[in-house]
Amino acid sequence: MSRNRLSGPLDDVAGDAGHLDHPPRVGFFTDTSVCIGCKACEVACKEWNAVPEDGLDLLGMSFDNTGMLGANSWRHVAFVEQPRATGRQDPGFAGLPTGDSGIPETAGAVEPRLEAAPRGGSELGTSPLPPGGPQPQELGMPGFSRPGDLTGAEGRTDFRWLMASDVCKHCTHAGCLDVCPTGALFRTEFGTVVVQQDICNGCGYCVSGCPYGVIDRREHDGRANKCTLCYDRIGDGLEPACAKACPTDSIQFGELDELRERADRRLAQLHDLGVSEARLYGRDPNDGVGGDGAFFLLLDEPEVYGLPPDPQVPTRNAPAMWRRAGAAAAAFALAGVAAFLGGGRR
Amino acid sequence: MGSNMAEAHPVGFQWVMEAKGRGARVVHIDPRFTRTSAVADTYVPIRAGSDIAFLGGVIRYVLDNDLDFREYVAAYTNASFLVREDFADTEELDGLFSGYDPETGTYDRGSWYYEGAEPTESTPDGDSAEAKEQTEPMQAGASGAGVAGAADDIAKDPTLQHPRCVFQVLKRHFARYTPEMVERVCGTPQDQFLDVCRAWTANSNRERTTALVYSVGWTQHSVGAQYIRTGAILQLLLGNIGRPGGGVFALRGHASIQGSTDIPTLFNLLPGYLAMPNVTHTDLATWVADQRTGGHKGYGYAVDAYLVSLLKEYFGDAATPENDFGFGWLPRIDGDHGTYRTVMDMIDGKVSGYFVLGQNPAVGSAHGKLQRLGLATLDWLVVRDLNEIETATFWKDSPEIETGEIVPERCRTEVFLMPAASHVEKEGTFTQTQRMLQWRTKAVEPVGDRRSELWFAYHLGRLVRERLADSTDERDLPVQKLAWDYATEPGPEGPGPWVEPSADDVLRRINGHDLTTGELLPDYLGLKADGSTSCGCWIYSGVYADGVNQAARRTPHTEQGSYETEWGWTWPMNRRVLYNRASADPEGRPWSERKKLVWWDEAKGEWTGDDIPDFPRTTPPGHRPPEGATGPEALCGDDPFIMQPDGKAWLFAPHGLLDGPLPTHYEPHESPVRNPLYRQQGNPTRKVYGRPDNPSNPAPPERGSDVFPYVLTAARLTEHHTAGGMSRQLAYLSELQPALFVEVSPELARERGLTHLGDAHVVTSRAAVQARVVVTDRLAPLRIDGRVVHQVWLPYHFGHTGLVSGDVVNDLFGVVEDSNVFIQESKVATCDVRPGPRPRGPALRALLDEVRAAAGITVATNTRIATAHGVAHTEEGS
Repeated sequence: MSRNRLSGPLDDVAGDAGHLDHPPRVGFFTDTSVCIGCKACEVACKEWNAVPEDGLDLLGMSFDNTGMLGANSWRHVAFVEQPRATGRQDPGFAGLPTGDSGIPETAGAVEPRLEAAPRGGSELGTSPLPPGGPQPQELGMPGFSRPGDLTGAEGRTDFRWLMASDVCKHCTHAGCLDVCPTGALFRTEFGTVVVQQDICNGCGYCVSGCPYGVIDRREHDGRANKCTLCYDRIGDGLEPACAKACPTDSIQFGELDELRERADRRLAQLHDLGVSEARLYGRDPNDGVGGDGAFFLLLDEPEVYGLPPDPQVPTRNAPAMWRRAGAAAAAFALAGVAAFLGGGRR
Repeated sequence: MGSNMAEAHPVGFQWVMEAKGRGARVVHIDPRFTRTSAVADTYVPIRAGSDIAFLGGVIRYVLDNDLDFREYVAAYTNASFLVREDFADTEELDGLFSGYDPETGTYDRGSWYYEGAEPTESTPDGDSAEAKEQTEPMQAGASGAGVAGAADDIAKDPTLQHPRCVFQVLKRHFARYTPEMVERVCGTPQDQFLDVCRAWTANSNRERTTALVYSVGWTQHSVGAQYIRTGAILQLLLGNIGRPGGGVFALRGHASIQGSTDIPTLFNLLPGYLAMPNVTHTDLATWVADQRTGGHKGYGYAVDAYLVSLLKEYFGDAATPENDFGFGWLPRIDGDHGTYRTVMDMIDGKVSGYFVLGQNPAVGSAHGKLQRLGLATLDWLVVRDLNEIETATFWKDSPEIETGEIVPERCRTEVFLMPAASHVEKEGTFTQTQRMLQWRTKAVEPVGDRRSELWFAYHLGRLVRERLADSTDERDLPVQKLAWDYATEPGPEGPGPWVEPSADDVLRRINGHDLTTGELLPDYLGLKADGSTSCGCWIYSGVYADGVNQAARRTPHTEQGSYETEWGWTWPMNRRVLYNRASADPEGRPWSERKKLVWWDEAKGEWTGDDIPDFPRTTPPGHRPPEGATGPEALCGDDPFIMQPDGKAWLFAPHGLLDGPLPTHYEPHESPVRNPLYRQQGNPTRKVYGRPDNPSNPAPPERGSDVFPYVLTAARLTEHHTAGGMSRQLAYLSELQPALFVEVSPELARERGLTHLGDAHVVTSRAAVQARVVVTDRLAPLRIDGRVVHQVWLPYHFGHTGLVSGDVVNDLFGVVEDSNVFIQESKVATCDVRPGPRPRGPALRALLDEVRAAAGITVATNTRIATAHGVAHTEEGS
């Protein structure tokens, strides 16, 4: 097996990065089925890491006023209102004098505002949109509606409210790290991925290198920022601030191998309870990023939570590309030599 | 029920999630689908203000199907006691109990007693307001006044068949609370309601218990005390009190609110729920006699020891047997001195100065405008808070400035804003909802001029005492006689007069001392009425037992027993489950192995178990007290409810409540519908303040209620804290909920033309409040008595200072109160919702004039609290 592989399963991610005598790989298992949406993770993260405020905007996306992960939001709790039930949960609306679901209308009201927002959420202004500023336009894009949004029949009955705390995935194969030209991004001895602001030159390659859209540059200095998995805390034997603050243990911190086993047990338990839609996301070492250091138990398709369904590290094909480029270069060289040789023959 | 636990108590909610993980079924009954509903197994919609009808329906289901825990009910409750012959129920009197006087809006409660037990007091004569304020529940502490005649003398029918026994009275009382009626009143579909009934009863028996959780969604109603009574009756019928996993859990509003009722900030209570003396209590003996009458059982009997020890703590050596231990120096109450009455008295020019500590009434109290107008008529106002809150800035930025009702240049109130130390800048205890005291140490010194409450109170007392030291005015005696000799340590300013009082010393004094030896007391059982003991709060006695700060204990759960009795300290006497004698059967054996908690150990001759037994330790199960015994000695071995004068839990309350011995569904003060159960519409004893500055929306059968067709309710978000003084100043919290919004269902949005994220204003007869519209499927219309009723909700955290601001939602509510406890009805009212921003300035006043005219509102509107009689209860001069 060659070193510095850029895709596929990788057992010793820290060792692969050159750490010799290193602790086990750690990460997060976020069990969204017990998240109560308190956002304590967002606040604890900001307090510990001195992350600045991210705009005082009412987004209208249920109780989500953070919008998305960014340079100034390293944890983001998504709130999803859906016209369907979870497992055997009784949403309680059957038999009430209800009409149509309001979800398509609210999505319709939020959608143009999101399209007009520079980062699709976190910098979103309040309505009405500022005169002269970006205006909502019909772009002919696919609708904002998520899977399952539009199935509300007349006399809505089914309903559920999903909450999930999103974070940097600390990928096994981290696109951000792979493309960083300065060495600002590095793999820690815990197998996590951390950016050093004092080295970052703000080139922004990492932003396009992240398959999840997590890492982001701060406006005022252009430097990249994201979750460090509280590198300073875990170095002192403490759990990250978000996991520490989570009251229901939705965010669980620990050794990745153990977390994966725990997640498998929880998944089996939920399936037994009739929650057949429960699934793990980022758990699989064979996925496009070699598995995530921070993975999730979801109750619906990843897209519903704003997560890509099949993330691929963009550098995955780099070896093949280099091989092909090398082959091409060799062919050129051969052609040149051939031409020279041919000329010599003349 | 009445609680959004996941959002308002997220830290405590971890235990609910843990129980759910172990297989518990979580049912959430609420007007809104909240973050609690999102993780519950079952969400059950209900109309705000109809919980008694719902629970009454469950009680009927239990009784009709013989699903009560009969052995528990027969042995431990007053189910078998006979009620007097002249008692008449709401069934007979169309929503009233016997003894009602429509002129005063009060009951003569003589007929509510047990047979053979004579009433010990009667309702004083006089006008309504005065009569209500003189009556006993307000003035009796937790032990309540006594029931004449020992419980053993009360006529009983152990078979529970006698038509006048409490069990049968209960059955008749709730007979009309059928599933059909529950659906008509609450809007909860019958099959959902029956599903709750089945789940609750199936999970309540020898082997299993069910816990009931409520919060201010139950208390803040004009019939709030009876909400909790209904829950207690149901839990008693099902044997869910005093047993592990059972109980009625009152989640408190914020940190140490439990502590602030134990050592109260209430005008009618002294520490430990002792009654504040009233003007009729000329001496200690009269007060004691009023607290207990002949044959009084249990630990409430020793009130004399509790009060004398308190007086010894207050006045030290100055309290002697000769001067009645200084009883005469205690204040006397002569009526309602509650917070809302006080604010009206400010407006009426009767109150000139006001201290506001850790509270933001300009935003957090009902009828914010009334609060602000009251503040504006004061001479001086002291506000102690972490931030410059609206209560301190009302004179320059309240909404009344825009309307011209407060003019900054002419507002004469002198405001003293004192910076307060936060909880990390001072030491002391928090008492949480389980009655657990937890000591916390100071993490950092207070910054700048911030000081602890202890420092403020201590030095205020010191300076006042210096000023009054030479006074010969008799009214200054109480201040002169106070001991005020707390231990101190150097304050943040170092040496000098501004010392910091020792919180540790205060806790020792709360625990109490044996004054003959100077030793700390081990518990309250040693308190004496002869002046040889001192104790600042009898129920807290033992918190410093053995000279150890028991509240500071932090033994990890891995290193102690299953009830974790070495973590902090719970009152009384570190018992974790109150009335846990009921976890064993009358013979002292656990009801089941699975649900064992405490039991009688025959070999050792004492009660033992996983928790500390809440019962006289060596009183055997079969014990029968000797003739003429009083206090704890009068308890039978199967009287688990040791604070009750008859040792039994009260399904029927013969005593102690002003609005009925049994809970009855009354419509909220403001309701869009007629009471489907009785002719009587609302609570016939509710406290109304008919004044021009406190208008009410009409309620049926009055005309005009259609101007306010929607049910309004308000509550909290996780992201903010109460009136916002601690959260709207913080960017990390403000960004998470940055704007005031109003939640409406898609159905109501279509009906009223409201668009998601657009503006709307909510209108009542008091105010119009502007908010962004949030259309959500989490709210749904209900069908109430054949018509569709919409509910709207707003969070009440916003005000006019801070990083994020918004209109004050509490401005929408008027002042109407539960007659027992003076709690305002701020969880339900009626309103209209209109699209677009509200008018501002004079146009706002014009709008309110217009809606009041349209609804025909006068001072008398909705003050005719007895529906059948039509007597308006308005204030003099109105």
